[in-house]
Amino acid sequence: MKVRQLSVFLENRKGRLCEVCSLLGDNKINIRALTVAETETFGVLRIVVDNPDKAAQVLKDHKITANITNVVAVEVKDKPGGLAGILKVVADHDINVEYMYGFVEKSSENALMVFRFEDPEQAAKVLAEHGIRAVGEQDIAGL
Amino acid sequence: MIWKEDIETMPLEDLKNIQSERLAALAKYVYKNCPVYKTKFDDAGVRPEDIKSIDDITKLPFTTKIDMRDHYPFGLFSRPRTDLVEIHVSSGTTGNPTLVGYTRDDIALWSDVMARTLCCAGAEPDDTIQIAYGYGLFTGGLGFHYGALEMGLTIIPTSSGQTKRQLRIMQDFSPRILACTPSYALYMVEEAKEMGLDPKASSWEIGVFGAEPWSESIRAEIESEWNMLATDVYGLSEIIGPGVSQECHYKDGLHIYSDVFYPEIIDPETGRAVAEGEDGELVITTLTKQGIPLIRYRTRDIVSMTAKPCRCGRTSPRTSKIKGRTDDMIVVRGINVFPSQIEHVLLGIDGTHPHYQIIIDRQAHKLDSVDIMVEVDERIFSDEIKKMRELEARIRDEIQAVLSVGVNVKLVEPKTIQRSEGKSKRVIDKRSL
Repeated sequence: MKVRQLSVFLENRKGRLCEVCSLLGDNKINIRALTVAETETFGVLRIVVDNPDKAAQVLKDHKITANITNVVAVEVKDKPGGLAGILKVVADHDINVEYMYGFVEKSSENALMVFRFEDPEQAAKVLAEHGIRAVGEQDIAGL
Repeated sequence: MIWKEDIETMPLEDLKNIQSERLAALAKYVYKNCPVYKTKFDDAGVRPEDIKSIDDITKLPFTTKIDMRDHYPFGLFSRPRTDLVEIHVSSGTTGNPTLVGYTRDDIALWSDVMARTLCCAGAEPDDTIQIAYGYGLFTGGLGFHYGALEMGLTIIPTSSGQTKRQLRIMQDFSPRILACTPSYALYMVEEAKEMGLDPKASSWEIGVFGAEPWSESIRAEIESEWNMLATDVYGLSEIIGPGVSQECHYKDGLHIYSDVFYPEIIDPETGRAVAEGEDGELVITTLTKQGIPLIRYRTRDIVSMTAKPCRCGRTSPRTSKIKGRTDDMIVVRGINVFPSQIEHVLLGIDGTHPHYQIIIDRQAHKLDSVDIMVEVDERIFSDEIKKMRELEARIRDEIQAVLSVGVNVKLVEPKTIQRSEGKSKRVIDKRSL
């Protein structure tokens, strides 16, 4: 099960992240998970939101460069070794993780992690086979 | 001293006779040996026999940089490749580079005009010269080398770069003459001070600076910082390289060697001669070159010219410093750069066209910097930093390969680059030249 992530290109300048987050907020889009990767001159904001279609349109209307990226949101047991268990499955199957980050809130007893796999299709399949639950966009919108 | 005193101080009437004879011979030579020129002459309805005097030059067609590109590599040559002893290549405006080649006689010509140039700047046969122009495909280094060899100077061929070493060599061998770009001469001031040297106490007394436009204020700065005479040299590889014209110590215009490089100043729009002293495009005919002689070559440099003899005794006309260009060429660290070259590279990379901007700057006493801002749209954007960095590096490497100049690439958000009346301003030159 895949989740759509919005990846946003941002120049590395003061106030820019605030502007983009405000824009989403003004349009009643709720950010569920977020991470920023940066270089000296630019950054990439990656977000999972409750309404990705609307968010993509809002960004587009404001000429902000953004792409939809398929990621996998996985429930991770909120106890020592929870994440390691998942990563072991991933590693055993030679699946590359490009990057990963955590959700703001939890679903039930479990934490939620976003994984950007090199091959999300294969990754989702392998995780399912090992009984690791991936959540869908419906679940996220309902959080 | 004056290197070719008989020619350089010749009465204008006699000079004109030589020019007329040479032009008549040149017209026949290219018509016979270069099919491209034969076609050009035929298209213009002019026959070589029509050219009897230098005044007939206006009957002949112009040659442009486009001709150089279209007939790359050897189409404009009048001699077979086997007769060439050296070739030089510079990057072209788009696509093909500009190729020039020299026969043994052409190298002798180059040596002669560069010896005249060095003498004109004030060099004496016992002098030592430090040549800090780049050696290699760029004509600067070797052009000075040949001239200095012809004159019998002691040559220190340091080439460009390695500034601390340049300064150490200057201290150890006390050359009186320095040849490099004016911006490099200024750059070295700071390095010298950092090394604890007093620039005013340097051994350099005369500088022969060129390959890029520079102003009187930069001249004043170089002269006071180094306590030296700073003279201007002009040339372009299509004609010969450095050695087309040079200032004497009066610094009152550049003496153009009109017995071999015949100058005209034209209105770039109409192609007609402008009145003496007015600004126009410099057009040069190589009267005696053998390998790739050029007829009425459009340099795209805007200058004015005077035929009044100079106080130094030389009689050939003098041009002003370059006042501008008729095209969008910019000179960065002595290298000619056309925005179209950058555009060409970006066109080859999906998604980077059409929104880019070139910013050229020079901090005080620093070398030129080139920043290329490229707008990022969905087509080239990736959520992976790794891929964005690869894109940045790819753009930078491809542009550097074409320009032979180091650049910085900056990825920017859409709409960052100003658009004026729908068309973005491609080049912002912040330098005060």
